Amino acid sequence: MNIIVCIKRVPDSESRIVVGGDGRSIDSQGIKFVLNPYDEYAVEEALRLKEAAGAGSVTVMTLGGEESKETLRTALAMGADQAVLLKGQPSDDGFGTAEKLAAAIKVGEYDLVLFGKQAIDDDNLQVPAMVAELLGLPCATVVVELKVEANKVTAEREVEGGHETVEFELPGVIAAQKDLNQPRYPSLKGIMAAKKKPLEEVDVGDAEARLEVIELMKLPERAAGEVVGEGPDAVPELVRKLREEAKVL
Amino acid sequence: MNVLAFAEQRAGTLRQVALETVTAGRALADGLGIELLAVLLGPPRLADEAERLGRYGADRVLLGTADTLGEYAPEAYTELLARAVQEHAAKALILPASAQGKDLAPRVAARLEAGLASDVTELAVEDGRVVAVRPVYGGKLLARVGFKMDPALLTVRARAYTAAENPRPGEVEGMTPEVDPEKLRTRVRLAAAEKRERPDVAEAEIIVAGGRGMQGPENWKLLEELADALGPGAALGASRAVVDAGWRPHAEQVGQTGKVVAPPLYFAIGISGAIQHLAGMRTARCIVAVNKDAEAPILKVADYGIVGDLFEVVPRLAEEIRKLRSEG
Ligand SMILES: Cc1cc2nc3c(=O)[nH]c(=O)nc-3n(C[C@H](O)[C@H](O)[C@H](O)COP(=O)(O)OP(=O)(O)OC[C@H]3O[C@@H](n4cnc5c(N)ncnc54)[C@H](O)[C@@H]3O)c2cc1C
Ligand SMILES: Nc1ncnc2c1ncn2[C@@H]1O[C@H](COP(=O)(O)O)[C@@H](O)[C@H]1O
Repeated sequence: MNIIVCIKRVPDSESRIVVGGDGRSIDSQGIKFVLNPYDEYAVEEALRLKEAAGAGSVTVMTLGGEESKETLRTALAMGADQAVLLKGQPSDDGFGTAEKLAAAIKVGEYDLVLFGKQAIDDDNLQVPAMVAELLGLPCATVVVELKVEANKVTAEREVEGGHETVEFELPGVIAAQKDLNQPRYPSLKGIMAAKKKPLEEVDVGDAEARLEVIELMKLPERAAGEVVGEGPDAVPELVRKLREEAKVL
Repeated sequence: MNVLAFAEQRAGTLRQVALETVTAGRALADGLGIELLAVLLGPPRLADEAERLGRYGADRVLLGTADTLGEYAPEAYTELLARAVQEHAAKALILPASAQGKDLAPRVAARLEAGLASDVTELAVEDGRVVAVRPVYGGKLLARVGFKMDPALLTVRARAYTAAENPRPGEVEGMTPEVDPEKLRTRVRLAAAEKRERPDVAEAEIIVAGGRGMQGPENWKLLEELADALGPGAALGASRAVVDAGWRPHAEQVGQTGKVVAPPLYFAIGISGAIQHLAGMRTARCIVAVNKDAEAPILKVADYGIVGDLFEVVPRLAEEIRKLRSEG
């Protein structure tokens, strides 16, 4: 089983995010960058599938700058076999990035291409299905359960009020949702080994976006609310206000 | 030139998000001064549903039906939508930011080599260009984005637009549902549909969310009673503390690592209002908080708060709302 996992370097979800001086990007000073949490599920799933198959390799790939090597090393430390850095800047929309990734993913070199469902910086939820489309591969997104038997894939994806079962034959694309598995932590041994694993670097140039960020904005402040009262005796007044002032009942 | 709006159906019935998508499409088409075409794909016998779309502002409705389109068929839907965009030289295509819309939109965008703005909460036209506002960084910031080229593809967040009647002719035209069977590689089945009593938290009109202050899963019957009193549009939500404790399923989690929601009315019951929770619900139109701690951060963002013990306040609230409803 040969698997490619596309991963991205993103700000840690606990970081405070502040708009930068240009008004269009964030101020990255003081931010800790990590492997996108949804991509951790993808890497973990790839490792498990390879382990279950007893053969094959896991390649992690990212489109990003020099600093993304650290992200690739994290995935190598988890157990991936090799890494590819596509050197160039990702685009704000999904298509530019998907184009670069799809161009680098060679037919025949993989059975499965795995993604996180969403990058927690742009929150696009676009790249996996776009890469699938560009490569002409079947695809399931937001996957919470995955079964691969011989070359038959059965994926459960989250939909409103339940699940959808998606079936296709390999090769194909899967985008991981939380709950797919419990990602392992890189062991000390893994971290040491990662330093010696192959990391290929290819200049691919910056991805070309079809849309532009005109402005990044803080969320509008909510006007300070009102404490209607204390305890259950305040309820009738609350209900009156909801009906007459807010007109939501 | 046109704006196209994808009207999502499930089991032959339009979903609420379909009406919202058409409403959003109407606003965009008006801004651009062009026609709005709704696109409805699904199983045979959808004509009545297609006609309903005119009421929400579709100038025309493109209807593609086939047995094979009954369940979500990603490749076929992609092909048919991409074809519709090309044949009608659409300036924009709007889909709901639903599970289906979020899966479908990037495929169509890739097919058309188009830009896609996901999970849009506001739409505008500036100098003839489509401009959208969307939350990024887990709801910590908003991005205003503009398209550099046509068509502009957008998915619109549930409840960002309220479905509004705005009758137009909505004449229904058939579209050829055939697609090359070679391209159909994926089979999708809606898993034995759970019996759903309440809407999904991402699409609900009202959310009754509980936090650690609820003290245990057994006390959720209080929130269910409140949701029942509020009516069929009310869903249950939860803070992460509650989901991590296993009291409620992850599907109900609201916040940065759960769902980002924008309902007209949000009840935060026994929720402190941590920044990560606020990221998921602060664009709700009206927030009500019940908390025993007068200093809880949630009371700073809530439109209305009651300081008190939720075990006393919530039953009374359900009772008063039931009373109000029965008075009509
Ligand atoms: C990376 C990251 C991501 C996160 N993502 C999310 C997310 O998506 N969603 C989310 O919700 N959280 C998220 N969190 C967690 C968040 O920081 C808070 O820990 C969590 O929201 C707290 O949940 P809570 O308000 O239910 O519990 P608590 O903070 O413990 O608050 C309980 C509240 O109940 C009140 N209370 C107690 N008893 C009563 C009573 N009898 N009557 C009335 N009030 C009472 C208390 O006064 C208190 O305000 C995230 C955290 C991190 C680090
Ligand atoms: N620059 C990138 N390099 C490699 N993979 C990426 C990149 N951007 C996004 N992805 C992958 O696509 C998924 C969805 O990203 P997005 O569409 O940006 O939300 C991520 O979880 C990654 O698996």
